[in-house]
Amino acid sequence: MRIVVAAKYVPDIATERGFQDRRVVRDPGEGTLNELDENAIEAALRLVEAERESGRIGPDDGEVIVVTMAGPDGDVALRKAFQLGVDRGIRVSDDALAGSDYFGTAAVLAAAVRRIGEQAPVDLVVTGMAALDGLGSVVPTLLGAELGLPVLNLAKKVELGSGDDAERVLTITREIDGVTERLSGPLPAVLSVTDAANQPRFPGFKLIMAARTKEIEAWSLADLGLDPAVAGTAGARTETLSATPRPERAEPEIVTDKGEGGVALADFLIRNDLV
Amino acid sequence: MTNRTVLVLLDPATEVRTSVLELLTIARGLGRVEAVALEAPTVEVLAQLGAYGVETVHQAEPARDGTPVVGDERHLPAVVGASLAAAVRLTDADVVLLPTSFAAKEAAALAAHALGAGLVIDAASLRDEDGRIVAGKRVFAGSWDTECAVTTDVAVVTVRANSAVAQPAEAAVEPVTEGFAVEVAPSAVTLLSREVKADTSGRPPLDQAAIVVAGGRGTEGDFGPVEELADALGAAVGASRDAAFEGWWDSYVGQTGVTVAPRVYIGAGISGAPHHRGGMQASQVIVAVNSDPEAPIFEICDFAVVGQLADVLPQAAAEIRKRKA
Repeated sequence: MRIVVAAKYVPDIATERGFQDRRVVRDPGEGTLNELDENAIEAALRLVEAERESGRIGPDDGEVIVVTMAGPDGDVALRKAFQLGVDRGIRVSDDALAGSDYFGTAAVLAAAVRRIGEQAPVDLVVTGMAALDGLGSVVPTLLGAELGLPVLNLAKKVELGSGDDAERVLTITREIDGVTERLSGPLPAVLSVTDAANQPRFPGFKLIMAARTKEIEAWSLADLGLDPAVAGTAGARTETLSATPRPERAEPEIVTDKGEGGVALADFLIRNDLV
Repeated sequence: MTNRTVLVLLDPATEVRTSVLELLTIARGLGRVEAVALEAPTVEVLAQLGAYGVETVHQAEPARDGTPVVGDERHLPAVVGASLAAAVRLTDADVVLLPTSFAAKEAAALAAHALGAGLVIDAASLRDEDGRIVAGKRVFAGSWDTECAVTTDVAVVTVRANSAVAQPAEAAVEPVTEGFAVEVAPSAVTLLSREVKADTSGRPPLDQAAIVVAGGRGTEGDFGPVEELADALGAAVGASRDAAFEGWWDSYVGQTGVTVAPRVYIGAGISGAPHHRGGMQASQVIVAVNSDPEAPIFEICDFAVVGQLADVLPQAAAEIRKRKA
């Protein structure tokens, strides 16, 4: 069982996020592994662990590889992934990648998955449900389209069937927009998991220590054999025209309830014509 | 500008949701409006579409290897995406609009991928600038506004609810339904079951409501006061992620749950963690009720009551009922 997790290095949502020259500011001190990718890593680790426990693979077999598209600052995200227990971390970095849109991102990640697949077959690609900076949630779908693999999106529950290797089936349950669906597809496949799919583990001390010095593999577009025109600003199908901070809200009106708090609330809504 | 064709996804076609009426209103500002459906629209739906200026409803007849795709499978993103792409090729449309939902985002991505079209997710505004579609987005938990132009011939855009006030067309038209064939690529994904949750609450849907009342940990599992205030206001009810994961309420507001941008958002017993704020900070007016005067939600609200929600909410509900009567 060889699983690739596509992860993203994003500005920490607990920090002041913003734009400069129409690009997202990515301050080294304030970037982190996209929190929702921890659910993807957890799902991948559990699938490999279950394979080992069932005896389908040996205790040292199976691999979880995290790939991210980022500048060198993005190593922070890979180190975090190492702490959680992933085996390999690959960073795709290239100046030509700046300004990539959804399609460029998916094309680059797909090329990385193909390259990993040349080393040994990839059984599954796992992603989180969204990146907390862009919140588009479309890259998993586009990644599946680029790779020509079945896509099982937004899983709350993941079950891997015990059939023959040639016909192993992944079944998911998802609850989106008030609809509950069960979907299944054969491996290899692309899977995205929600934040309700699992509780990501806490890093152990040994893994934290080992993560500091673990090797990060850096690949360029040339390494991937990818035409720079498909990614970055050159390949983008949208152009950001402006990014402006919203005006701060006015000082709030705060009432401490001494028995009339509810009336004050109702009064606020009514006098502002909000009811 | 007027010769532009704008396709609006109507799925399901058994009702016209407020979010679709908003899309039709936005679409009329960009060009001629046509709808794409995956099933036959009802008579009531057609009348409503006509009132909003829809001249043609393109009803997809999807098939895979010559076998018609029927039933629940028609709503799968792969089928919806293929239908939208085929509809664009059929009508030579320039813009495709969908409401922002997880399923629609998936369909939008597949359609844009098939068409080589530019894709904008969760736009809050759309306008024409020198023949290009320019989309406005509110990002980073409502703290920044961005605008981007689509540089390809075709634009596929999902639009968030409450981005426009739904307005019927000046003159109603009589829509014509026309079927069109859609070849859906073979897929290895099998739909085992699909269940649409029946909403019997009588409340507006959370993602489309003008007023939202949400409850968090502070409810300690009792959503009675939250529901009481919501019903006095005709509002939708939501939860924080924590409260939803506790099993206290189904749907939650947050950047991984439902993103809301209502006229009024009232958060009760919700501290305002970044996750939650990412799902509601674009609301026009924010009201908070919390017993903790240090709750972070107070930093982003317009009005707040420091107090017990079990006291404050029912009292507010009673006052509103009294003054509305």
